[in-house]
Amino acid sequence: MTTKPIIIDGKQIEVEPGTTILQACEMAGVEIPRFCYHERLSIAGNCRMCLVEVEGIPKPIASCAMGVTDLPPNKDGAPRKVLTASPMVKAAREGVMEFLLINHPLDCPICDQGGECDLQDQAMAYGVGGSRYDENKRAVEEKYIGPLIKTFMNRCIHCTRCIRFMTEVAGVEELGAISRGEDMEITTYLDRGILSEMSANVNDLCPVGALTHRPWSYIARPWELDKTESIDVMDALGSAIRVDSRGKAVLRVLPRNNDDVNEEWISDKTRFACDGLRMQRLDQPYVREAGRLRPANWDEALALAAQKLKEASPERIGFLAGDLASVEEMFAFKDLASRLKVANIDCRQDGAKLDPALGRASYLFNSTIAGIDEADAILLIGTNPRLEAAVLNARILKRWRQGGLKVGVIGEAAPLTYKYDYLGAGGQTLQEVADGKHSFAEVLKDAKRPLIIVGAGAVARADGAAILGMASRIALGAIEGKDVGGWNPMNVLHTAASRVGGLDLQLVPGKGGLDTAGQIAAAAVGKLDVLYLLGVDEIDVPPGAFVIYQGHHGDRGAHRADVILPGAAYTEKSGSYVNTEGRVQLTERVVFAPGQAKEDWAILRALSAQVGNALPYDTLAQLRSEMYKDVPHFARLNEIAAGSLDGVKALAKATGSISAEPFVSSVKDFYLTNPIARSSAVMAEMSALKKNMQDSPRLKAAE
Amino acid sequence: MAVRRLYPEQPLSFAFTPENQAWAQREIAKYPAGKEASAVIALLWRAQEQEGWTTEPAIRAIADMLGMAYIRALEIATFYTMFQLAPVGKKAHLQVCGTTPCMLRGSDAIIEMCKEHIAEHPHELSKDGDFSWEEVECLGCCANAPVVQIGKDTYEDLDPELFAKILQDLEKGRPLKPGSQTGRQTSCPAGGPTTLLADPTLKAEKV
Repeated sequence: MTTKPIIIDGKQIEVEPGTTILQACEMAGVEIPRFCYHERLSIAGNCRMCLVEVEGIPKPIASCAMGVTDLPPNKDGAPRKVLTASPMVKAAREGVMEFLLINHPLDCPICDQGGECDLQDQAMAYGVGGSRYDENKRAVEEKYIGPLIKTFMNRCIHCTRCIRFMTEVAGVEELGAISRGEDMEITTYLDRGILSEMSANVNDLCPVGALTHRPWSYIARPWELDKTESIDVMDALGSAIRVDSRGKAVLRVLPRNNDDVNEEWISDKTRFACDGLRMQRLDQPYVREAGRLRPANWDEALALAAQKLKEASPERIGFLAGDLASVEEMFAFKDLASRLKVANIDCRQDGAKLDPALGRASYLFNSTIAGIDEADAILLIGTNPRLEAAVLNARILKRWRQGGLKVGVIGEAAPLTYKYDYLGAGGQTLQEVADGKHSFAEVLKDAKRPLIIVGAGAVARADGAAILGMASRIALGAIEGKDVGGWNPMNVLHTAASRVGGLDLQLVPGKGGLDTAGQIAAAAVGKLDVLYLLGVDEIDVPPGAFVIYQGHHGDRGAHRADVILPGAAYTEKSGSYVNTEGRVQLTERVVFAPGQAKEDWAILRALSAQVGNALPYDTLAQLRSEMYKDVPHFARLNEIAAGSLDGVKALAKATGSISAEPFVSSVKDFYLTNPIARSSAVMAEMSALKKNMQDSPRLKAAE
Repeated sequence: MAVRRLYPEQPLSFAFTPENQAWAQREIAKYPAGKEASAVIALLWRAQEQEGWTTEPAIRAIADMLGMAYIRALEIATFYTMFQLAPVGKKAHLQVCGTTPCMLRGSDAIIEMCKEHIAEHPHELSKDGDFSWEEVECLGCCANAPVVQIGKDTYEDLDPELFAKILQDLEKGRPLKPGSQTGRQTSCPAGGPTTLLADPTLKAEKV
């Protein structure tokens, strides 16, 4: 297709067909003010702020909605000239701004959006100083759209970004505009709460203070906050986030743009679980005495832990790493275990049947998250991506809305926001698809870019290896004889932020070692003396063994612990996390860990000195350089070291019978999947709300 | 235009009558597969004809029939003023035109009569529940102003006396004659013809 020339403020550029004038202006480096236009949403063209002048056309044009190729050509064939700084444009912007401000209350001093408000900024830049309007302003009834979104509907300027987001990205048609004209009001159906895992993104999209974050309302001003760019650990996607803090407290989490992972959305859990970082914290070491935990100091706790580790024989010690551990501490954890000659070590607390020995491709989301945009057939096996990785589900929805995508589901028939073919509940259906007997096998056969996604719930079953093997055979069969380039159709969707990093580190049982289930079983029959838990909170440890718990929240692991070593949460340490597609990303320390809590690698280093086998690194940088020697791809930040297809082929060799039990998602309650979220009052409220909603058939229908 | 809200007291359920249901299916079939939602206005209108007003269960039932989100159907129902969101009079709902031509020809007096004889406010039921009224925009009968629409018919050339008679006839259940109430045919000149008075069989004079 040929490009088309256009002259913007005297500068000629060439644009692709389909480019709008607004996009062309951005390419030419000219900023166009806008409210309703958003790159990732459909075009509405209703705020009129982006008006520009096109020479030869008498009226100003809404640049967001006018394509460059739609402009009629000049008579002499010369490129069209767009003016963005002419007197007409200036007058048009001032006029639009004046109309927008007619009904907008002047409550900026008490508005939470103040300081990061598009309307405020653009009124300063493009508006006039005063108002000629002295009628009463419109008053709008307050709306209730859930505990996450605080509404001040008087401030709404009807840009409809929130409606478009909920419909197009979140896939839940919940928001709408009732009535019309001046009386138009944004609301949900009869004021019920929004039932989406992505709903709070509308707060970011809202260009004014109509929709703001309820959990943080009136807590801080944006200019008082320290802003740190980091990575999320609530799911295994590693969404790019910005953590805002003041003093010792993390006050809020906002999304950052990362086209490869989360675009610019984050789930409600990522955003609002941050109040859990202040609750239930382990801020000093504890030691269990006569059945009760009592506060202790570091020397005492470390000495006790070291003594127990030294006393026990290596085969009677277990090491388990949890879901939120960073790569650095897992490296030190593994190092300590090998120095103690402990083979009982595992990072798969859910019991996932993933074996890093088969190669990286055997446990990664190989097609990559951005690869979903190219997929034309997706088979979901034992996964509910809406709960396990809400942002990834939005990506599938985005692809689905473009058309030409077929989605098949084996597992739970859950609402996923897009239409899918429900193939069956469990192994039998999987077998049928693998044998080519099922109609969906034809879909996969015809697909140019097939995608098989196996969920953590299916992988963690006793027959997980057989499920993975069969899924791999389906995946390999789907690309057989096709020219797919580097496309790898086999994907594992993890739910724990630490899992891929742990597998990369080979944090799995050594020779003759016990895995998670083995260690728990051994502890139950008294064959294990000491169990060292690094943030393990999702499993119950039977009584008997001496439990050393290192972590940051007083959750299940800490309740069972005999000695607690308080660690740092993801906002309190710089740590590498590898997301489900194998992308290595670094979190930043935003605040210091509370009280006497320390960074986790440092605790392990201190403990190693106490057991008389000091780890050979005294700083995080030294640890990292050791670690990079061991696993070189950790050093390549923000990149994916792709696994070769051989990993999938190795996986495909696994055979075995698959039980008839239906596949279930590993996530039961989206809002309560990890210790931070379980400590969060906001997440607890959302979880309760969701349960109530599910009891009401009328509300359930809206899901 | 006032803010339009659903009525606080709603019936528990809604269902089309069998005839209306069959009609609705024919209406939906007019649109291609996947575009069933196009039938929403027609169905809401038929539901209103059946129930007298547009009820919340009807909005939901129709949204379900068409595979739409409830909020989308609610948007339609609140956007168009032809959908009555509150119960209307059992005997008649009077839509009084108040746009400029009707206003100049005396619609204010008719509205005053509505306030006096029916209810103080538009969309409010009369005491006996038989009548309600509202002021509407142009009904397209400006030549016969002022105009009142009741159901699907317009009653034209009104003045307070003629309007009072209409109200009485409605009250008593006597049949009404739609169209001009002064007896003129359609919108012919009120005092008889004013043009083409000459014998049409004669040849027109050349100018």
